[in-house]
Amino acid sequence: MAKPERQADTFPKLLLHHAATRGQQPAVREKRWGIWQTLTWRELADEVTAVAAGLSARGFQRGGHVALIGDNRPRFYAALCAAQWLGGVAVPLYQDAAAIELLQPIHDADITHIFAEDQEQVDKLLEILPQLPAVTTIVYDQDRGMRHYKQPQLVSYADLLEQGRALLAMRRDALDAEVNLGRGSDPAALFFTAGTTGQAKAVVLTHAALINRASTAATQDSLRDTDVAMAYLPPAWIGQHMFGYAQPMVVGFCICCPESPETMLADMREVGPTYFFAPPKVLEALLAQVSVRMEDAGRLKRGLYAHCMAVARRVGVPMLSGQPVPFTDRLAYRLGNLLMYGPLRDVLGMSRVRLAYTAGEAIGPDLLLYFRALGINLKQLYGATETGIFVCMQPDNEVKPDSVGRAIDGVELKFTPQRELLVRSPGLFTGYHRDVEATREAVDADGWFHTGDAGWLGDDGHLRIIDRLQDVGTLADGSLFAPKYLENKLKFFPFVKEAIAVGAGRDEVCMLISINAAAVGNWADRQNIAFSGYADLAGRTEVQALIADCIGKMNTELAREPTLASLQVHRFLLLHKDLDADDGELTRTGKLRRAVVGERYHALIEALFARRDSVRVDAEVRYEDGRVGTLSANLKICAAPTVAHATLQKAA
Amino acid sequence: MSVQLHAHERAFPIGSPVVEVHDISLNFGGVKALTKISFDVRDHEVRAIIGPNGAGKSSMLNVINGVYRPQEGSIVLRGERLAAMTPRRAAHMGIARTFQNIALFKGMTVLDNIMAGCNLRMHANFLEVAFRLPRALREAGESREAAEEIIEFLEIEHIRKTPVGRLPYGLQKRVELGRALAARPQVLLLDEPMAGMNIEEKQDMCRFILDVNDHYGTTVILIEHDMGVVMDISDRVVVLDYGKKIGDGTPDEVRANQDVIDAYLGVAH
Repeated sequence: MAKPERQADTFPKLLLHHAATRGQQPAVREKRWGIWQTLTWRELADEVTAVAAGLSARGFQRGGHVALIGDNRPRFYAALCAAQWLGGVAVPLYQDAAAIELLQPIHDADITHIFAEDQEQVDKLLEILPQLPAVTTIVYDQDRGMRHYKQPQLVSYADLLEQGRALLAMRRDALDAEVNLGRGSDPAALFFTAGTTGQAKAVVLTHAALINRASTAATQDSLRDTDVAMAYLPPAWIGQHMFGYAQPMVVGFCICCPESPETMLADMREVGPTYFFAPPKVLEALLAQVSVRMEDAGRLKRGLYAHCMAVARRVGVPMLSGQPVPFTDRLAYRLGNLLMYGPLRDVLGMSRVRLAYTAGEAIGPDLLLYFRALGINLKQLYGATETGIFVCMQPDNEVKPDSVGRAIDGVELKFTPQRELLVRSPGLFTGYHRDVEATREAVDADGWFHTGDAGWLGDDGHLRIIDRLQDVGTLADGSLFAPKYLENKLKFFPFVKEAIAVGAGRDEVCMLISINAAAVGNWADRQNIAFSGYADLAGRTEVQALIADCIGKMNTELAREPTLASLQVHRFLLLHKDLDADDGELTRTGKLRRAVVGERYHALIEALFARRDSVRVDAEVRYEDGRVGTLSANLKICAAPTVAHATLQKAA
Repeated sequence: MSVQLHAHERAFPIGSPVVEVHDISLNFGGVKALTKISFDVRDHEVRAIIGPNGAGKSSMLNVINGVYRPQEGSIVLRGERLAAMTPRRAAHMGIARTFQNIALFKGMTVLDNIMAGCNLRMHANFLEVAFRLPRALREAGESREAAEEIIEFLEIEHIRKTPVGRLPYGLQKRVELGRALAARPQVLLLDEPMAGMNIEEKQDMCRFILDVNDHYGTTVILIEHDMGVVMDISDRVVVLDYGKKIGDGTPDEVRANQDVIDAYLGVAH
């Protein structure tokens, strides 16, 4: 059971509490040189103290800001906690951001000290360092390739640690005193919002807010100190911070850092996490991988899979929710579990998962039910960076695909007449960093945070989110149009990676689609279709027919609901490239930036509605090293099969 | 290609010659593969052997490696004159190599392939290994550690357990480099390490070659077709044409050498 420590009102105090009460238990594991290396709570606390000592020797002041740029590593979290130890504010930044993208955040947050993972990050920082006179220290973790760097700001983590240990021998008391100076009301960390709707803003969260949300959610789900979680999402995202730092710190469970993003799946299988958190994007990728591999399997296995999954969807979903199921069905599910679900869970690394959450974006109902059918207790939650994540969570046995759950302890919900959701909770942020104007816009005088999401509360007490308020519109005939609903529905097909529905103010709905190159490529291989690359693949008539078929199936489903029938997609085109965060089309967490895409592909959208046959596109692409090139292609506009609402009724 | 190198002072400064080749001539029947070739390779340098097709580059490497025995001439390794080099002897003396056509154990995993490269440093005999006696176990642990270090160095963690035969060409080349490194060589012979690669793979490989040279201080002798690559990463270059040495010096010197220009652009002989 989670026992939030009453006296421990900051993260460093929580760390000391765990070091004292469960010092020998694992706090964080990292796979290095092919072997899992464990750091216990005691060892972690020792390391944090030493890093804190080193930082203070390098002039770090209470209230200062420390930027952290890197992947999930024990040292990353040790440095983060060390900054908080000294009363500093941690500012995790996205590790795959280009140098120029880092400049603004580091400048705006008044950063003086920076932790960088490796040479790649240091190179980026050195590039912008002339514009950042306040930065005095850059600590790097991995010394590979760093031998020839002579900048006075640079120091290796190992050296800092050593310096800290030496200092600690003399001034232990002074450092211990630093921890006790910390208060729950101190700012703990600063997160940049995803920026789906514009410039990213820096959200300030206090120790109290983060600890309160982390422990409330942990209590609701009875997290234990024996739980194990994977730390694999960008640490700059509040979701990763909550599940990979705040909750482990509150509950005392262990997190595991995979060797590299490529080895994540294999590493997860070895670790066997019990607590798993994944944004819908990751789950989509997992499902696509399973689907592609099943397509490659023999006919017998494919048949078995199809049959078992049908049983699972019919029986597994209600079973997991604790509803009564006939004995024969139960037996069939048991058999399926033996043949299919168990092995599949194992392949996915989810054999031991007791509790899984998805958040960050709306999840397609089919995707959610797929995992639940396999017996994985995947649930939804709702939150934002400004609310310290946890606002609503689905309790066990109350998982509904269209809801994001009930408001959890301490949260109050309210709606404006325009259906915008307002939230009040002890987990709210204190404001946007140095932006009083934006703060006043987001939080009103009574302390209600305006989420910008449109939604409603059902009779069952569950919150339902429609879409971003500014994205929700109406078609010309007045029917409600929420693009995300359509996009998520279509994305359940493994061939579709990203979809953008356009229809507000128009008389019908059209879509821009980017294909999943792996899944479609695999399909093309089996059809003996030769192709040279992404753009070529997307330009094939066979592939266009394949996607048209997917849309046709979706349209048929939409046509069954009178209110949704008018949302059927009439025309679409396949984009010549993946949507990419480097091009500004997605946020660093992989969310669609609708405004940017709408602007960039304006010509395409107009061509779709003008019912042209094809449209030429000259798009600018930004490579990872910051260079810019152009891609041009001729995109064909395809019609999708639609179903008249009346025909279906007649057939039925 | 933009590979920045040696812009800084080196951790292992270039030293005295480690390999000296004196008047080597090699014939296959009536075919003269090499004629009176002499050059030296200094400690910690990256030395390239270039030349058009059939110039005798691979033959030269095979002579240094002890695969071919030259009819004339001698090789001096760290001041020691060697009349008859054999591949095994070369390996024991700290010379490791990769091949133009990849020569890995296709069915074995990346890890096993690299561990196979540690084999020279192991001393436990067959029985010790069979009965898992202490020395064999200790050595197995050591070679695993050495292999893991190389895997991290070459950034191939994600394919550690993948059979080599399933990997794309560029990665196989990298694994082959890893196996050669496992022998902790003082001199590394690379036979066309970048043949058949795309630009990105070539850049990666260049970086790894320079990293190996910088990090371990390994002397590198490499054969390469791609002039751009060679000029970027080598300290000195030997140019062969029709089995004869036509140029020797720094990349800039070689670039300005009229014979070299003729050999590459083609001139009536």
